Amino acid sequence: MSKKPTSTADKKAENGVKRSDHARAEINASLSRDEKIELYRKMVRIRRFEERSLRAYQAKKIGGFLHLYIGQEAVAVACCSLMGKNDHVITAYRDHGHAIAVGMDTKPLMAELYGKATGCSKGKGGSMHYFDPSRNYWGGHGIVGGQIPLGAGLAYGIKYKGLKGAAMAFMGDGAVNQGAVHEAYNLAALWKLPVIFVIENNGYSMGTSQARSSAGDLARRAEGYHMDWGQCEGHDLYEVRATMDKFLRAAREESKPAIVEIRTYRYRGHSVADPDNTYRSKNEIEEYRRTKDPIQVFQQILVAEGVLNDELIEKIDTEARAEADVAADFAEASPFPTVEDIQKDVYWEADNPSERKSQGRLFFE
Amino acid sequence: MPVITYREALRHALAEEIERDANVVVLGEEVAQFNGAYKVTEGLLAKYGPQRIVDTPISEAGFIGMGIGASMLGVRPVMELMFWSFYSVAFDQILNNAANVRYMSGGQINCPIVVRGPANGGTNVGATHSHTPENVLANHPGVKVVVPSTPYDAKGLLKSAIRDNDPVFFLENTLLYGEKGEVPEGEYVIPLGVADVKREGTDLTIVTYGRSVLHSLKAAEILEKEHDVSVEIVDLRTIRPLDIDTVLESVAKTHRVLIVEEQKPFASVGSQLAFMIQKEAFDELDAPINRLATVDAPAIYSPPVEIEQLPNPQRVLKAALETLA
Repeated sequence: MSKKPTSTADKKAENGVKRSDHARAEINASLSRDEKIELYRKMVRIRRFEERSLRAYQAKKIGGFLHLYIGQEAVAVACCSLMGKNDHVITAYRDHGHAIAVGMDTKPLMAELYGKATGCSKGKGGSMHYFDPSRNYWGGHGIVGGQIPLGAGLAYGIKYKGLKGAAMAFMGDGAVNQGAVHEAYNLAALWKLPVIFVIENNGYSMGTSQARSSAGDLARRAEGYHMDWGQCEGHDLYEVRATMDKFLRAAREESKPAIVEIRTYRYRGHSVADPDNTYRSKNEIEEYRRTKDPIQVFQQILVAEGVLNDELIEKIDTEARAEADVAADFAEASPFPTVEDIQKDVYWEADNPSERKSQGRLFFE
Repeated sequence: MPVITYREALRHALAEEIERDANVVVLGEEVAQFNGAYKVTEGLLAKYGPQRIVDTPISEAGFIGMGIGASMLGVRPVMELMFWSFYSVAFDQILNNAANVRYMSGGQINCPIVVRGPANGGTNVGATHSHTPENVLANHPGVKVVVPSTPYDAKGLLKSAIRDNDPVFFLENTLLYGEKGEVPEGEYVIPLGVADVKREGTDLTIVTYGRSVLHSLKAAEILEKEHDVSVEIVDLRTIRPLDIDTVLESVAKTHRVLIVEEQKPFASVGSQLAFMIQKEAFDELDAPINRLATVDAPAIYSPPVEIEQLPNPQRVLKAALETLA
């Protein structure tokens, strides 16, 4: 379990990160005080939600997989904070952070983990399959890299409709070697699709490090496709915003695709099933947590800016923990789907019988 | 009534739906500039331009996945597989993404895609180009599977498939592209999930679809002339959703069933049909349900031998006589 984030000003020295440059970027300097607090608050809410779901999993309320986003919060929050009304996002199975970042209510998110009918996917998807089309959020996908051609498709759709928008298609460092990802890179570059392929590089593809997985640099592969690319540190929310803003503008305004690698880190294992004792040292985790925790880093920046103080930090944290508990209570009290529900939400036609044009049996026994 | 080819019928359906709905886009390898590997899309690029008829690189997982993603935003892609055999390189996209995204999102999304192309053997193209995966596709809840046998059916069903809000997989046949048939000039659609009795009879029901319908019709002629047997042929037209009621009505009339399918035997479409018929019409049967399938081996190349591997009129005749014995 993580420590409560504290606001000691003497932590500044340990980071040694040049934060002020990114704070000065127009996209960050133009943020209001409230907007900055909201960005910080979102990261804290993600952290507390993830911690609460881990406890629920350990209490056997959640089945299957649980891939926690703890340590990576700044990436989703920063990227999703840049979304305009015609921007869309899709990601893999480490998707709770993106769901909260686009503004989904945590009650249905927790209920989904508990497999309840009040879940955001009616209990039919689970942890890996959070979706919210109304917030331009297209999941939540389980097959590594499988979502990347879909992301290119979101960009294709935006362009086909003549809209000024961009798709952000997230993947991990483990996905970059899947064939489907390369096919999507080629299509995006060939047809100038407004998609940013975002590689959340947390250093490990389950238990296999980048060095043992990938030949060459990850984002640099874009050069083979004559596509733009970039890299940045993912523990600094301002840096992610400044970097992504540049590429998103190029995508929206010039339909230019890009690959952006964001270096981040996860404190927990690949999923709850990962004992996390075969591929990295406890020291490595502790070192990152001590010097690059994204919530700590941004907290210190905002304290130095006079936007946050101890009282507000405490309040935000208390509220985030309470919110996660409320979500868990809601999940606990909610009903499961019924056996009759199993065959709903399979076919649009079966779910819209008054508009069904086909005949015959859609389901079999 | 005009007589046109199966290929032309498909082309007319594509053109009409492109004109009807601005969201419809045709994508695939060689569909535009080359005028289609099998000329189904001939002339469409010249008429509708490169925004609506799009040449893709050889990248099935990529462009089909892309089409599925675009369909979530309301684009209605009609994607050509040069051979349905190539579906396996895009398996994850069509059978994990298109089939499941609606369900996994709790019904928030639908993928109104069509994937179409030829699925058949009989052209000496060998084991990797001769797949007929309608059984594999139909096994997945969330998708629809259509296999038309005539120009009339092809046009009406493709129009319905394009208008359908669920993923529809449309399986044609290179050996049917040149077949001619009557097709009305005006607007018409055929709903998915409605079988068609292509020949009425009293002694034997042949349940079949695709090119096997034509083989069965030829065998039925011989059975009538030389064996005084009256054969009823039920053309399924759609595999999923399945019009089992038309099949059962026919079984109640004739009491004997022969399934004819260009399918490898294990877990074929016919396997599912046989289970359903014996379950729902057991008392109507005077004989075990018989089934004529492809000889169970990878598709052989040798041209005269491949004919004997697939259903053909002589093999249908023999199987029919067995069923009647």
